[in-house]
Amino acid sequence: MPLIKNGAVVADDFVRIADDADIPAEGAVLIAAERFLKDAEQLVSRGNIGVIWPNNRDIEELAPYLGKLSLLALVFPAFKDGRAYSQARILRERLKYRGELRATGQVLRDQFLFMQRAGFDSFDVKKEADAKAFAETLKRYSVFYQPTGDGRVTVFRQRLARMNDNGEQMKGAAAS
Amino acid sequence: MTSPLEQKKLKIAGPHVVTANRTGDGAVIWRTANKLWSTNLSDAAVVRNSDDARALWAEAIADDVGAVGSYVAPVQVDAAGIIAPGNLRERIRVTGTTIELPVAV
Amino acid sequence: MYAYDELDRTLVRERVEEFRDQVRRRLSGELTEDEFKSLRLMNGVYLQLHAYMLRIAIPYGTLASDQMRMLAHVARKYDRGYGHFTTRQNIQYHWIKLEQLPDAMADLAKVGVHGIQTSGNCIRNITTDQWAGVAPGEIEDPRVWAELFRQYATLHPEFSFLPRKFKIAVIASDNDRAALRIHDIGVRIHRNSSGEAGFEVMVGGGLGRSPFLAKTIKPFVSRRDILSYIEAILRVYNQYGRRDNIYKARIKILVHELGIEKFAAEVEDEWQKIKDGPLALDEIVIADIRSRFTYPAYEKQIDNPPELKAAGSDARFEAWRRNSTSHHKVPGYAIVTISLKETGKTPGDATAEQMDVIADLADKYSFGEIRVGHEQNLVLPSVAKRDLPALWRALDAANLATPNVNLISDIIACPGLDYCSLANARSIPIAQEISRRFANLETANLIGRLHINISGCINACGHHHVGHIGILGVEKNGEEFYQITIGGKANQDAALGTLIGPAVPYAQVADLVEDIVEAYLSLRLRPDELFIDTVKRLGVEPFKERVYATH
Repeated sequence: MPLIKNGAVVADDFVRIADDADIPAEGAVLIAAERFLKDAEQLVSRGNIGVIWPNNRDIEELAPYLGKLSLLALVFPAFKDGRAYSQARILRERLKYRGELRATGQVLRDQFLFMQRAGFDSFDVKKEADAKAFAETLKRYSVFYQPTGDGRVTVFRQRLARMNDNGEQMKGAAAS
Repeated sequence: MTSPLEQKKLKIAGPHVVTANRTGDGAVIWRTANKLWSTNLSDAAVVRNSDDARALWAEAIADDVGAVGSYVAPVQVDAAGIIAPGNLRERIRVTGTTIELPVAV
Repeated sequence: MYAYDELDRTLVRERVEEFRDQVRRRLSGELTEDEFKSLRLMNGVYLQLHAYMLRIAIPYGTLASDQMRMLAHVARKYDRGYGHFTTRQNIQYHWIKLEQLPDAMADLAKVGVHGIQTSGNCIRNITTDQWAGVAPGEIEDPRVWAELFRQYATLHPEFSFLPRKFKIAVIASDNDRAALRIHDIGVRIHRNSSGEAGFEVMVGGGLGRSPFLAKTIKPFVSRRDILSYIEAILRVYNQYGRRDNIYKARIKILVHELGIEKFAAEVEDEWQKIKDGPLALDEIVIADIRSRFTYPAYEKQIDNPPELKAAGSDARFEAWRRNSTSHHKVPGYAIVTISLKETGKTPGDATAEQMDVIADLADKYSFGEIRVGHEQNLVLPSVAKRDLPALWRALDAANLATPNVNLISDIIACPGLDYCSLANARSIPIAQEISRRFANLETANLIGRLHINISGCINACGHHHVGHIGILGVEKNGEEFYQITIGGKANQDAALGTLIGPAVPYAQVADLVEDIVEAYLSLRLRPDELFIDTVKRLGVEPFKERVYATH
């Protein structure tokens, strides 16, 4: 399944390690949450650790380790199950997680923009055709109402700026 | 909606057909014996046992592009082989609403 | 009435283009139905018995005349010449073709109309009182807030895949004409003891299989905090609402299972973390939204103008004036309700012709503005009293002046099995038969205000649980049967109705309703004791005895 990172299809650096398999001494590995938490200190000092966090578990449990993870993968078991959107926003906007945040599971084109707005920056995409359309899909909308951590200027802010411009113009007019 | 699990559980008694709506325009359609869809109930393939029903339904489900929301519906077949809808819901799908529309067609 | 600015209009256009692409990919097979279904639902596109259905949002029930004309145009060009107004201030078209939908939506987008989020597990059309902004007793216009909430909710990246649908209603008066307590979130603007205007927030209302009335979660949330507070509620729901069973997935179930105190604590916990973030509202943002609301340039009008006095001798006009006009907050003006409940017709339906007539009348007599009520009637919100006779003549000519508003034949009914694939039984013919039985206006007035609500299945789109008389269609052995409840109320004294006996077959429903009315007429204390008050006073037993004695 194509992996999109920074807007382009890339090879996945991370190897998914099964729960009962040994974790190699070197290399980027992606492991399950439960396994990570059992051994967190040691794994974190190993470095190059990615964690898959289930969508029905409180994301704030990971807070102590966020600065030391190389990858955090959240899950959309079905595209209709939107719990990971909340987890992503909490990670980015509250917990200030700055590492790679990957969307996994049923990741489809028509949810790319929502995911990106919520804070995901890499996408384990289900369909080849969707991966190809990634960049174009992100350009579908130019208007956004809600502030998230994505840095976009919301409609409210644009209107404020417009008002200020008008204010300046009016001040200018009044002065002249 | 029509999961493989639902398909396996399907049990029928008496004559049934497979019906759906045409994807492009939503028209009511029935599955025919030669793997097509028809807007006429009289063209529908009639199945009378659970295995045949499952097979016909599976065929219909596989045509995801052509048809939406397919399911197995009861019919009545008279001595002359004329197929009629088997319940009120199917009657309504064949004849349209039971009420007059506000604007005459 | 809110005027979309360029940003609002651009979003609607971009949405149409996105949907056009999604339809293309569906028809080509790139998208499976399973992948497409959620997407089409989020544009208001349902699959029904005969065809697709398109549900168009009428945000907080307010329409401009040019928008109404476009609704008429869509009915003519893409449907069968009529539309159906719903219990959530939306309009539905029942004969839509998927392949034509992008064009229909593009047409609607030209006047800022769309079907965004009228279905799907997301935040739905924000509804309010159809008399918002013109009724006496409001502390401010709730539609300004409804518009703010609408923008907040539109394409919300975090809340587009909730466990289930989410309905929000807003009012600004003590009279709840928006059925707040059957909403997932109900918001009531009121003043606290310091005179500050803020919000009572109620949560967890909803009908369907397990009906619940909303409970107050916070009696006063300030204007600054309301958006972040709503976000906190949604985030708790998104994370903890059930996803294993669609019949237990609404927020009402979560509130019920946690208990209101625990639920409130969860929300408070989340809210404390976000209340000072970017959703904290500046008065300047609210003022900006308000600046795009235009209000009528009311003239100085007298309350009893000569035109009105002169027409008073016309009994039919008088009957209509007494029934269908209501007190406006500005002297000399009236709120006019246009009944879409003509005897024997489908409740809530209007032909394209009628829509055009209403649009013209709105331009001529109501500052170009129309409202849609959740009881499936329309409203011209601001008509000068001197214009009432001329308006009535025009409405009467178009069969839009049946003076039965709030009477027994002013029935709320869902489309039912005649249209809907979820239905177990028909609802429209039941409504039509009842309206025929009570077509005599003298009789209907003798009975007084009586709300009948009919749903064709337990999803309760007809709001039968909160009808004075509620009728629910069920299926028994392949036949249509109907359960009757009495005593429901949708207003600030919201209550769920009580079953009065076993379900009766289709052919007996109208008889049963007649029996209930007869029982009421014999039990009421005085002619002006309303049906609903007699039921409250005496309970269900006396009705049960009288009605089921004969069945």
